[in-house]
Amino acid sequence: MAEVLVVVEASSQGGVKKVTLEMLTLARTLGGDVAAVVLGGSSDELTAKLGEYGATKIYAAAGADLDEYLVAPKATVLAGLIQRVSPAAVLLASTQEGKEIAARVAVKLDNGVLTDVVALEPDGTATQVVFAGSTIVKSKVTKGLPIVTVRPNSLTPAPAPATPAVEPVEVAVADKDRLAKVVERKVEAKGARPELAEASIVVSGGRGVGSADNFKLVEELADLLGGAVGASRAAVDSGFYPHQFQVGQTGKTVSPQLYVALGISGAIQHRAGMQTSKTIVAVNKDAEAPIFELADFGVVGDLFKVVPQAAEEIRKRK
Amino acid sequence: MKIVVLVKQVPDSGAERTLRNDDNTVDRASANNVINEMDEYAIEEALRLQEAHGGEVVVLTVGPDRATESIRKALSMGPDSAVHVVDDALHGSCAVATSKVLAAAIAQQNADLVICGAESTDGRVQVMPHMVAERLGIAALTGARKLTVEGSQLTIERQTDEGYEVVTAATPALVSVWDTINDPRYPSFKGIMAAKKKPLQTLSLADLGIAAGEVGLDGATSAVAEHNKRPPRQAGNKIDAGDDGGAKLVEYLASEKFV
Ligand SMILES: Cc1cc2nc3c(=O)[nH]c(=O)nc-3n(C[C@H](O)[C@H](O)[C@H](O)COP(=O)(O)OP(=O)(O)OC[C@H]3O[C@@H](n4cnc5c(N)ncnc54)[C@H](O)[C@@H]3O)c2cc1C
Ligand SMILES: Nc1ncnc2c1ncn2[C@@H]1O[C@H](COP(=O)(O)O)[C@@H](O)[C@H]1O
Repeated sequence: MAEVLVVVEASSQGGVKKVTLEMLTLARTLGGDVAAVVLGGSSDELTAKLGEYGATKIYAAAGADLDEYLVAPKATVLAGLIQRVSPAAVLLASTQEGKEIAARVAVKLDNGVLTDVVALEPDGTATQVVFAGSTIVKSKVTKGLPIVTVRPNSLTPAPAPATPAVEPVEVAVADKDRLAKVVERKVEAKGARPELAEASIVVSGGRGVGSADNFKLVEELADLLGGAVGASRAAVDSGFYPHQFQVGQTGKTVSPQLYVALGISGAIQHRAGMQTSKTIVAVNKDAEAPIFELADFGVVGDLFKVVPQAAEEIRKRK
Repeated sequence: MKIVVLVKQVPDSGAERTLRNDDNTVDRASANNVINEMDEYAIEEALRLQEAHGGEVVVLTVGPDRATESIRKALSMGPDSAVHVVDDALHGSCAVATSKVLAAAIAQQNADLVICGAESTDGRVQVMPHMVAERLGIAALTGARKLTVEGSQLTIERQTDEGYEVVTAATPALVSVWDTINDPRYPSFKGIMAAKKKPLQTLSLADLGIAAGEVGLDGATSAVAEHNKRPPRQAGNKIDAGDDGGAKLVEYLASEKFV
């Protein structure tokens, strides 16, 4: 039985991202062995984590070429591996880098690719949620093998311990893969908060929050709930919060267990990024705000009264 | 410097969008079609480079007849000319096939730089920039929130989840941009009038040496089997904050085990 390849996403600190564990869990349902592909540095800790979630093999590629250039070398290595082992399917994370690697591999192999997949059947049928979360699509790769990028938070990762064999993979890339050189990586502080796309709780603020300084309120509630902070585009455009935290059509798509919208009206482009959250809670002073149409619990009122009171109440309960 | 800007026409993301029931492709006929928002930032960036370094800006669109409206709108912002690849056989093309068409059309232009949006609002796929660059064998600097050009050397700041990366390449190259990179200008009245007379070249697949069977529904590498409307979310309980809105909120969160 052919293997299912899961391309590992790790953070710059080397820890595996939750979406990787989700992909391993999904891969186990597809039949066949699960093999993880590490493009970049691996470690004993990483191997152990991948094994814990069911990887029976790890293809490990490492070297300066993979670290110093944007995605092209990674795509070349992955395409070579796919040609060598003929997997049943290839799963990548639906993140900027995951999609970019998938794009190049699809062209190299003249193979179809499906992005933002939330479910995948053993016969290759993929489920995607499109058009601002309004439409569910079932689709299939019809040329080549299923190469899909999986949206974070699409399923709950479950361990299934295995002891993976590590197989080093040779990195042989061409000059045309070494054109875009990464000369610097800057980590902008976000403290101990979980990553937005992966967080199981997200607390977002909109224009109603009023200022960058007031976003401390949003951060405080997020920290009390152990969640990530998000923002509407209006809040980002007004300079209240950095762009990488924007939720929506032109920002991140999130699908947490709990989404809290503070001072956000709920425009269709914002809903595009949070509509599939399990539970939605909104605080808005306008009783007619569209966000209430999708909120499981809505509080009509001034967020500057409601949020501090809620924070106080959570502290009391702790 | 010669710059080609990739501009896609998409259904307005602010309105309801659907897939067609007959062949599961995006319903473009009944939609209000607009320039993919991110591509306006690409046009703006190209125009700023032209203002600073001289050269020429060409708009390139692959899409149906009606995409002409978006092309004229793009030209009204200031680019010099446009190329529109239009062919009935293109209907239903997948991303892999579209990238082949875009790459072939770009190759005819001898451009130093290709600028495009980071993603389109209809597909949200974010794959086109790297597909096109892979085919052309040129550098791809994607996800730029800032671009600087010195001679033939390009430097971008690429937004990441953790911060940003500084990435460099020499021309010829492709750069994809996010909406944080600039503020696109509005077309002036003069610009709108001038756009009507700007050269717009129409190309067919044959002009690009691509066979009809390589694209469209027949040549697609993936297919939609079915599509359904997601049941709309039901609004839940909505309360007035009164004096204890925060406490009630936490009560709810506790009942759902979030606290
Ligand atoms: C192509 C395109 C892409 C877009 N992409 C995105 C995207 O990715 N993400 C996104 O979010 N938007 C996006 N937008 C913008 C979107 O259309 C809205 O403009 C935006 O979401 C509005 O943000 P907001 O809800 O914070 O602001 P507003 O619509 O101004 O709403 C602010 C809300 O705060 C409430 N409020 C004010 N003060 C208080 C208070 N003291 N207490 C409680 N409530 C208060 C008000 O009642 C109001 O409902 C996009 C638009 C376009 C055209
Ligand atoms: N048919 C097309 N014609 C012109 N440009 C396109 C087309 N499709 C995609 N693009 C460009 O590629 C970018 C990314 O698109 P996508 O990969 O579809 O999200 C867009 O912002 C456009 O600049």
